[in-house]
Amino acid sequence: MYKKLFQSLRSFRKNSILTVIFIALEVAMEIMIPFLMAKIIDKGFETKDISYIIKIGSIMFFCALFSMTAGVLSGKFSSEAAAGFSRNIRKDVFDAIQTFSFGNMDKFSTPSLITRLTTDITNIQMAYQMVLKIIVRAPLMLLFSFGMALIINARLALTILAAIPLLGGALIFIVIKVHPIFLQVFKKYDFLNQIVQENINGIRVVKSFVREREEVKKFHVASEEVKKYFVKAEKILALNSPVMQFAIYTCMLLISWFGAKFIVAGSMTTGELMSFIAYLMQILSSLMMISMIFVMVVISEASIERVVEVLEEKSDLSNGPQPIYELENGAVTFEQVSFKYDPKAAKNDLENLDFTILSGETIGIIGGTGSGKSSLVQLIPRLYDVVSGVVKVGGKSVRDYDLATLREEIAVVLQKNTLFSGTILENLRWGNEKATLAEVQRACQLAQADSFIQEFPDKYETLIDQGGSNVSGGQKQRLCIARALLKKPKILILDDSTSAVDTKTDSLIRKAFREEIPETTKIIVGQRISSIEDADKIIVLHEGQVNGIGTHEELLRDNVIYQEVYYSQKKGVGMDE
Amino acid sequence: MSDRPISSTLHPLKTFQRLFGYIFKGYKLQLVFVVISILISAIAGTLGIVFTKVLIDNFIVPLMKQENPDFSQLLSVLLIMLVVYYVGVICTYIYNRLMIIIAQGVLKDIRDEMFEHMEKLSIRYFDQHTTGDVMSRYTNDADTLRQMISQSLPQTFSALITVISIIVAMFALNIPLTFFVLFMLLIMVSVTRLVANKSGQYFSKQQYAIGEVNGYVEEMIEGQKVVKVFNHEKRAQEQFALLNENLYQQSALANTYASILMPILGNLGNFSYLLTAVVGSILSITGIAPLTLGVLASFVQFTKAITQPVSQISQQLNSVIMAIAGAERIFNLFDEVPEENSGKIQLVNAKYNETGKIEETLEKTGQWAWKKMEQDGSVHYIPLTGDVRFKDVTFGYNKNKVILHDLSLFAKPGQKIAFVGATGAGKTTITNLINRFYDIDEGEILYDGLNIKSINKNDLRRSLGIVLQDTHLFTGTIRENIRYGRLEATDEEVIAAAKLANVHEFISKLPHGYDTFITGDGGSLSQGQRQLLAIARAAVADPPVLILDEATSNIDTRTESIIQRGMDSLMKGRTVFVIAHRLSTVRNSNAIIVLDQGRIIERGSHDDLMEQKGNYYQLYTGAFELS
Repeated sequence: MYKKLFQSLRSFRKNSILTVIFIALEVAMEIMIPFLMAKIIDKGFETKDISYIIKIGSIMFFCALFSMTAGVLSGKFSSEAAAGFSRNIRKDVFDAIQTFSFGNMDKFSTPSLITRLTTDITNIQMAYQMVLKIIVRAPLMLLFSFGMALIINARLALTILAAIPLLGGALIFIVIKVHPIFLQVFKKYDFLNQIVQENINGIRVVKSFVREREEVKKFHVASEEVKKYFVKAEKILALNSPVMQFAIYTCMLLISWFGAKFIVAGSMTTGELMSFIAYLMQILSSLMMISMIFVMVVISEASIERVVEVLEEKSDLSNGPQPIYELENGAVTFEQVSFKYDPKAAKNDLENLDFTILSGETIGIIGGTGSGKSSLVQLIPRLYDVVSGVVKVGGKSVRDYDLATLREEIAVVLQKNTLFSGTILENLRWGNEKATLAEVQRACQLAQADSFIQEFPDKYETLIDQGGSNVSGGQKQRLCIARALLKKPKILILDDSTSAVDTKTDSLIRKAFREEIPETTKIIVGQRISSIEDADKIIVLHEGQVNGIGTHEELLRDNVIYQEVYYSQKKGVGMDE
Repeated sequence: MSDRPISSTLHPLKTFQRLFGYIFKGYKLQLVFVVISILISAIAGTLGIVFTKVLIDNFIVPLMKQENPDFSQLLSVLLIMLVVYYVGVICTYIYNRLMIIIAQGVLKDIRDEMFEHMEKLSIRYFDQHTTGDVMSRYTNDADTLRQMISQSLPQTFSALITVISIIVAMFALNIPLTFFVLFMLLIMVSVTRLVANKSGQYFSKQQYAIGEVNGYVEEMIEGQKVVKVFNHEKRAQEQFALLNENLYQQSALANTYASILMPILGNLGNFSYLLTAVVGSILSITGIAPLTLGVLASFVQFTKAITQPVSQISQQLNSVIMAIAGAERIFNLFDEVPEENSGKIQLVNAKYNETGKIEETLEKTGQWAWKKMEQDGSVHYIPLTGDVRFKDVTFGYNKNKVILHDLSLFAKPGQKIAFVGATGAGKTTITNLINRFYDIDEGEILYDGLNIKSINKNDLRRSLGIVLQDTHLFTGTIRENIRYGRLEATDEEVIAAAKLANVHEFISKLPHGYDTFITGDGGSLSQGQRQLLAIARAAVADPPVLILDEATSNIDTRTESIIQRGMDSLMKGRTVFVIAHRLSTVRNSNAIIVLDQGRIIERGSHDDLMEQKGNYYQLYTGAFELS
């Protein structure tokens, strides 16, 4: 897991190493100071030798200066390393997502991908910087200080050696105890957030059913749980500083007792006692820091796991060995095609589809909710791969094409479509970056979008809010159609793309298609009979299978489902006319 | 404006006071104990350093002069110190424990209050704030608060006490040297402020860069399928790389300033440590300010001991500032005015007594009445019939854009009224006014002859069942989701409602049937299935008036025709407002109201309107134009 993650370090390996080097220097210099202090007190103060005091004082001064410089540099390098590391991870994750197929995308939910790219990576950055600084500093400090303590007085140093495993043990015990509880806390937290989110999104439902009180009750239970587990975890963590203080104070008393005896016996000086105490402090605080990074790593571990999961996800679609870069025509053939979204599912979502669409034809696809209409059309631009059978476009299997070429030539207007923040023009140019304003306008005229765009004060420069929330559903759909048209595709697929457009406009769009882009193959998925009844061929899907293919008249005569759909929409028409 | 530092909150002091109010309100006693414990713990630490002086001057130095040193006195002093120290340790534990209880308690209080208050806010608030914006108050802002209350506050206070007690102790030992130490401290504080200021500036820039990256990520991931369909991956990557690079620059700078603070402070501490030793020795040797070896040793330790709390305070300062900004955002939500609900008229179960008069009852009779208290205290019951009238209603979501102009309409009890018109004509708006999601600007809406403003909002809404275009389900079982309509509904009633909406069969086929757990707004269900569940939910509520806003838009027409009978029986005997795109579903309405840009342009039954050959006729026949 960590190996995969650290592949993103790249050029910041250098900074990471520099950080370590400078920290080592900083610690080495810092460690000298208490040692020199002992000399000032013992030799300088007691013998009243001012020049000696100044001499040692100057050495100490330079030590501190050196240590400060090294410290500042290590701070700079570690910050750059951590920020750079997170930049690279973010880039790698974003790039990985760009290579994902629809199948990969479905595996991760959108909000979870967003969290991974934002919060999780920020967590990793903070943890990395902390670890980088402390993982070297604390053990080094511990070793050096202990070494110095040994030099000053080995017997005394060995006494406090007993304190190290005791304190270390206690701190590790705390971390181990706390870890599983924190995992619980995160879960409880997620649940709490879920309630909040559901309530914000579904506030109209809550209010129309007057369920505020029940929702508040639900929230109280969740927030009580969060509190309970947080308190449980932090209660244990709260032991940290008293345990630490206990260790410090106990050692202090021991050192005072033995130190006094040693000094009186003449085997130690007062200055040495002082620096000994200083080293003791450093040893214990290093231990504290080590236990702190354990907590950091534990907390960031979940984030690392989630990020690596994305990095390790392999796109399940890729180009063949010799991809074809040209699409001859817009003919589509399904040969015994079966498909399912979830490879583990027992039942196929599409079963044994077999039909041919000629280049330039208009095809209607109709069927009930869940009958597989969207699944079918998504196989054509190879948004998913089939389980068995072959989908052919322009006479060749979709797997033989270069993916980008295939998708360039086949425009899909998805059912769940998105506009991006930016002007209308910018959005439309997604279809073709180099499209002139005249071309854009023509596409909009075909999609019956030009008229309403002209009504906006800023016309094509009108800003679209994120998600296209400032245009109506019908307008959004028409913009999406225009955007697809700008690709000048050989095959145009509209997946229920005019559901929010009124019937009249809908028919105008189809009329424009028929007259203006006759050579393009048009595949229209619809719920309304009126949207598809003038198609050359209509495919009726039922539970993933082709139930009937034919013209409107043929199906109306022979196909029971088509008849049912037709009459459900035109019930009683006869009485009016 | 964007690079405004985070620290520039509007009323940091007021916010702090208010926050403190929460701590003080519920945890007065605990707070007293915390303060006492911190005091004891900090003083115990300081006494420990003073003890160094005693150890050296009173014991080590005199003992060295003795032939047969007697350590028994030292032992008893050490025992006293042991007690002092351990009392300090216990106090540290006490205040840490208490602070956790206070912090988590306050946080729960604030969270609960935030949620309770949020539930009371008007729909308008949710229109004006994105989900992410509101959510971040529960997550980021609450998190910074937790950090501040449980860590920053006690640490800062403890550090402050430590600094004060050390200064007091220093003054007691030696005045000139104290001034020297204080002078060094002053330098440290100024350096800290300088660096912290710089880092603060870059941190707010970093925050802004994070916002930009997150915004872009959100948009691109949400629209990822469109990105792929348009082969737009490369361009998305390029744009992202730009934003990402900027974030790196800002983040590296901000963190550099933040992380050089520690080595600078630490070594400034070292400077003052060694200078104290040097200056102290020289002062003493030259006789300017004579001091004993013990005093010098204590001072040297003091300078070390005082560095830590100072750097602690400086570090905590940033998180305090961030927490105050977070608290302010939370309090902003508290300060949002809740939905007005001054209506006094209540909805009660009713029955007719022997004399034919309507009276209140506790049992569910299927009969409802409005209970109106008159000025003189007498109670008046008006039977609920479902008569809804709009009189000259004018409304706009904001003041400068009127959506509905002078609208008048009526729905008699039991009638089915349909609204037809283009997107943006105001259909949904009308239904949003009946249940008072929004209040009208002019005119009045009467419900059984009562102005809806005089009816208690909860009772008003309880009398209206709504199926919205966007279905929202809640985490829980399918059964719970249907029962959401009426909590006391029996299992049989839930199943009956599911059958009516034609989802019973689908539910029964699920491995766990009605106990199937749905999460994430029912993401595993299709739009159509979710909508059917929403219909079942409304059916179980059994309200006198129904509003169906594109309730079957995601259900294919065949399924729709299957559930039609259920829908008909659901609508029977109720006043129903229907909004539908498919005109075939509104044909049998008592009245069809055709809207255009917030005005009624036609009204009548299907047959009337077809005869008029006006807008409706065109709309309706538009569907058949090509047949």
